[in-house]
Amino acid sequence: MYDDKAYTSQLITEIKKEKLNLSLMEVCGTHTMAIARSGVKKLFPHNLRLLSGPGCPVCVTSQGDIDAVIELATKPGVILATFGDMIRVPGSNSSLQEAKSRGADIRVVYSPLDALRLAKHYPEKEVVFLGIGFETTAPAIAITIEEACRQHLQNFSVWSLHKVVSPALEVIFSDSEITVDGLICPGHVAAVTGIDPFIKLADKYKKPCVVTGFETPDILEGIYMLLLQLRNSDARAEIQYQSVVKPQGNIEAMQVMQKVFKTVPSRWRGLGVIEDSGLAIKDEYCGWDARTKFNIPEYEVQPVKGCACGDVLKGKIVPHQCALFAKVCTPLTPVGPCMVSQEGACAAYYRYNSAETRAN
Amino acid sequence: MKKDERIVMAHGSGGRMSQKLIEEIFRNAWNNPQLAPLLDGAILNLPPGRVVVSTDSFVITPIFFPGGDIGKISICGTVNDLTACGAKPMYLTVGMIIEEGFPLADLKKLVDSMARTAEDAGVKIVTGDTKVVEKGGVDKIFINTTGVGVIPNGCSELLPSRIQSGDQIILTGTVGDHGLTILAQREGLNFFTPVVSDCASLHHVGEVLRKFDGEVRCMRDPTRGGLATVLNELSSQSGKGFIIKEKSVPVSPAVRGACDMLGMDPFYIANEGKMVIFAASNRASQIVTELRQIYEARETAIIGEVVDEPQGKVLLETELETQRILNMLEGEHLPRIC
Repeated sequence: MYDDKAYTSQLITEIKKEKLNLSLMEVCGTHTMAIARSGVKKLFPHNLRLLSGPGCPVCVTSQGDIDAVIELATKPGVILATFGDMIRVPGSNSSLQEAKSRGADIRVVYSPLDALRLAKHYPEKEVVFLGIGFETTAPAIAITIEEACRQHLQNFSVWSLHKVVSPALEVIFSDSEITVDGLICPGHVAAVTGIDPFIKLADKYKKPCVVTGFETPDILEGIYMLLLQLRNSDARAEIQYQSVVKPQGNIEAMQVMQKVFKTVPSRWRGLGVIEDSGLAIKDEYCGWDARTKFNIPEYEVQPVKGCACGDVLKGKIVPHQCALFAKVCTPLTPVGPCMVSQEGACAAYYRYNSAETRAN
Repeated sequence: MKKDERIVMAHGSGGRMSQKLIEEIFRNAWNNPQLAPLLDGAILNLPPGRVVVSTDSFVITPIFFPGGDIGKISICGTVNDLTACGAKPMYLTVGMIIEEGFPLADLKKLVDSMARTAEDAGVKIVTGDTKVVEKGGVDKIFINTTGVGVIPNGCSELLPSRIQSGDQIILTGTVGDHGLTILAQREGLNFFTPVVSDCASLHHVGEVLRKFDGEVRCMRDPTRGGLATVLNELSSQSGKGFIIKEKSVPVSPAVRGACDMLGMDPFYIANEGKMVIFAASNRASQIVTELRQIYEARETAIIGEVVDEPQGKVLLETELETQRILNMLEGEHLPRIC
């Protein structure tokens, strides 16, 4: 943890000197919140833009996927265990919170192992854990599935909505309507994957990528490293978050993830279907795959009129440019996941921005 | 009382078993002249002044936690609400709804805890009610307390409308302790540095502040929704803006570390033993010095000031000295925290 105010001031001075018109994308939802909470954007010159990207696993879950999960939760004999931030995400007509208030057995857990404990505690029920998250979370769920297998636990399964980040970043970089000059890369994803996926991105699209931590000095240093590369017309992948991220990543975590999961096409809200971007449970673990146990149809996606979550996730617009922002779509009455997720770009914008820039 | 004895439906039926429960457990622990005759109500003699009444119900789970229990919190909560109104807390009523099967030993522990807490706070429990419901009707035990206090003659009322630009905003200690303690208990999170609830009566704070009558404008205890929510309520009710300095808000290292790990914000976590106070700027330092002599307010600090604009909004000055909005809590943070 930093405690060096002088160094932070120096970084701010250097960043303020930037003269180029630049757009940097911060991919990760935790970065979105940390940046908004620290007030760091207010120090930047007008020519330096920070865009929010698709790194919030809750925000990129498609409406159809949420509808399917709500149906799963209302099946008799099912206990749906989920992380807290999925509970308020709106589907086409309802949310898990609403389903819970109508009697669906939905439990908020802090760890997938809590879901295993639930399964042991309620042997007559089928406990389904809603697996959501990127490479940061997927290894823990993989271990949980292995543990369920080891214990021969028959009444536990996972409904996987896990995704991997890099394919979505390829879509962003390939989109001619989006200008992204550099990437603030997700520190915790990289702690698992290592720097390789970001080296590939930097080489293919000739954009600098810096794996960054989450304290304010980390974020400032990561941005400064990007600016230095851009000033020198460099396009490399670097690690700012060296205290946590090793170049090779967490090999055991990657191994267990690859042992239990395979990549499949996956629908991302606002980005459409992206090949090899979802994680599905491999056939040898089908006994713990809720998709094998439950036959739930693929839901038609009916996007809400006016909801611009997709454009926000691509960094095409900032939240207050969405017609629904703060008028119809608020944290209490969210239309899209970007508002309801703790790490959503719209939630961060709503919470931390001054009244003048909010459309209310 | 036999070991392992439990509450049964008959304890709430008004008959012999109810009578036995009241006499052996409640009256023995809380004995005082108003309670002793066990009338249908309590006859009170109040000193001259304006009478303040406040009520609160407590449904917290777990019922025993580091730093307190549902009994202690039911006394402190209402004492603090009376204190926040500028009143000297004097009498409490206690209503209990108990689940069939609740261990009598636990009830005795809670009742004894309420006795100690009431004595420390200088209040008497003067009347009460007990109901028993079938298993599943409530979660173990729910408690309501209603309190009566008096604002002495010559003392001003504490109201949001009295808050003025230039007033200093004072907080009597660290935030986030209670809510995080409850979360840790519920989820079985073992932090290396344990977190403990700050559940406490703040009647001494009230006594000190009455010496600065007129110069203390308003105060409130930041329970559910945390400091940010209470500041937003008062900002809206007073029509003033508040600027809070993030680095001045006391947060214990244990709470800071836990929040970092869990992605939570101490500004939105419940407290049960803190007060936010609005005071004239020329007296704020002296008030802080005097409050710090009180154990429960030993980390009192000035955390911000009142401004004219933006009206009804709370701004936070970050560590980087930029400003951002500090909103109210939206939706549910943690359920049944008090």
